[in-house]
Amino acid sequence: MRSPEASPVSVNTPPENRDELTSLPWLRTWRGVYLFVFGCFVLWVLLLLALTMSYS
Amino acid sequence: MNLLDFVVLIGSMVAIAAYGAWHTRRHRSLNHYLRGDETVGWLTIGISVAATQASAITFISTPGQGYESGLDFVQNYFGMPLALILIAAVFLPIYRRLNVYTAYEYLGHRFDARTRLLGAALFLVSRGLAAGITIYAPAIILSTVLGWRLDLTIILSGLLVIIYTVAGGSRAVTLTQKWQMAVIFGGMVAAFVILLLKLPTSLGDAFTVAGGFQKLDAVSFSVDLHRRYTFWTGMLGGFFLSLSYFGTDQSQVQRYLSGSSLRESRLGLMFNAVLKIPMQFFILLLGVMVFVFYQFEQPPIFFNQSAWHEAVRHDPGDKLQALQQEFAAAYAQKEQLIHQWLEAKHAGDGKAEAVARTQALAALDHSDTVQAEARSVMQKDDPGVQSNDADYVFVTFILGHLPHGLIGLLMAAFFAAALQSKAAELNALGSVTTVDFYRHLLKREASDAHYVAATKWFTLFWGLVALAFALFANLVENLIQAVNIVGSVFYPIVLALFLVAFFIKRIGGTAMFWGALSSQVLVLALYFLHYRVPKLDFSYLWYNFIGCAACVLLSLMIQAALGATDKPAPASPAS
Repeated sequence: MRSPEASPVSVNTPPENRDELTSLPWLRTWRGVYLFVFGCFVLWVLLLLALTMSYS
Repeated sequence: MNLLDFVVLIGSMVAIAAYGAWHTRRHRSLNHYLRGDETVGWLTIGISVAATQASAITFISTPGQGYESGLDFVQNYFGMPLALILIAAVFLPIYRRLNVYTAYEYLGHRFDARTRLLGAALFLVSRGLAAGITIYAPAIILSTVLGWRLDLTIILSGLLVIIYTVAGGSRAVTLTQKWQMAVIFGGMVAAFVILLLKLPTSLGDAFTVAGGFQKLDAVSFSVDLHRRYTFWTGMLGGFFLSLSYFGTDQSQVQRYLSGSSLRESRLGLMFNAVLKIPMQFFILLLGVMVFVFYQFEQPPIFFNQSAWHEAVRHDPGDKLQALQQEFAAAYAQKEQLIHQWLEAKHAGDGKAEAVARTQALAALDHSDTVQAEARSVMQKDDPGVQSNDADYVFVTFILGHLPHGLIGLLMAAFFAAALQSKAAELNALGSVTTVDFYRHLLKREASDAHYVAATKWFTLFWGLVALAFALFANLVENLIQAVNIVGSVFYPIVLALFLVAFFIKRIGGTAMFWGALSSQVLVLALYFLHYRVPKLDFSYLWYNFIGCAACVLLSLMIQAALGATDKPAPASPAS
């Protein structure tokens, strides 16, 4: 049981480097994943805007 | 509901709860109990994060919101994808590097013990209140519609969730959420398909009617501060609300800390960032389609029929019955005008279409006025009656128009949704009380088994507090909004604590503590004053921005005043 005030970096810290790559076939870096998510968000807003304008 | 519905409802609920309790029955380690041994994959995390946020309120109240106000509530979620990207890129690696059980442990590392306790206390207050609402909300609706006693519904659903949450901990919550979401989405999609099949018009005409009655106005760039949902409130207020909820609320942090690696946790969050807006759009659209359905099938004047019948029974001057007749006449006139409008549209007669549409809008206004008058009479006769009727719309539609079996499945979906978010909240409340208060202040050195037992007792305690709150609650707001309002009052301060911790290294514990405390008082004052001061009656989503900005500014000013006497933390873990 570790102390509540233990050092910020624990001995049991998971290895970070294995998490650097996304292991996804098309989006290999996290920057790519974030851009993809942002692109989806922009697409949703544009589609909602188109719906609003079509029926207003 | 008939026997088949009850078999589906009770069978699915008991099966899911038993599954969660059975799969997690032999766990003694605190790490397993609080973080599920960090073995969970990204899809399960993604579903679990979505399930924790999507309570029964989401599935009962959001269609009602769509029925009443259309799609504009979807803008509330516009800030969420950006917030989740920030959390995945900045917050998550720090939490994992520090190997914390709760998000507030990090505040202790970065500032001091009292700031950590303040953050944890704000979480306990806000989440404790919200936990009460999430158990009360579905219970009041389901008990009314099913004719069950309210207290019995609250106690039964509350006890079921307490048992499997206390027994299984975080892993039980995550495991059961996956199946609960399957039941929920199965039920919602089936309801949507049957609703479309039952519409007496084509889908194109349904959209024409919905659009003509301004129910499809999903995006507004209005800068009117009094307007609750606009692109700007969604981007700014929604961003801060999501950042604080997903980044600092233990009920969410605990979900993605259970990931087997940083990658799994990140992908789980990104899954939500992509799917949340379309999911909310779908649920709101369901409400809009229910609205269209009720343009061709006369709706009740008041959807909460049990309250209506009670009011009619005690109405001395038969005013309500007269209003009901007036409502029926207004409905018949409106239906006729809608048919004329659609016929003109099919004939390609733009002028006649515009005239019929304007007349139909006027008829809708008239029937809305009659409904409002009926509500006002009901409230005058009995001030205790619930004036907000939107929460009853979807349940009334289900019970009146869907086939047996599917009714049971949808009721199971609502209960599943109630249980899944409640379970995550109780799990988080128990964890924070144990890790940030009990272990930190009272018992620093004890065995894992001792802390697991303590967490179970605290989870039980919070479950009973939520039950008590639910038994005595009475809400005037639409339920989905009530939860967001509670969040908007408390979350911005917790968020500011974390933003300063991550990004402004020169602020130390004392300045942060007093800055946070003063800005929490400011937001509470704004909230309570808005009832009395019309100028302060702006959208609650702005509290997220105001509270967060005030907290950062005040702590900067206090730090400047304190100068070197309050030494900031020597090395931020974020650095």
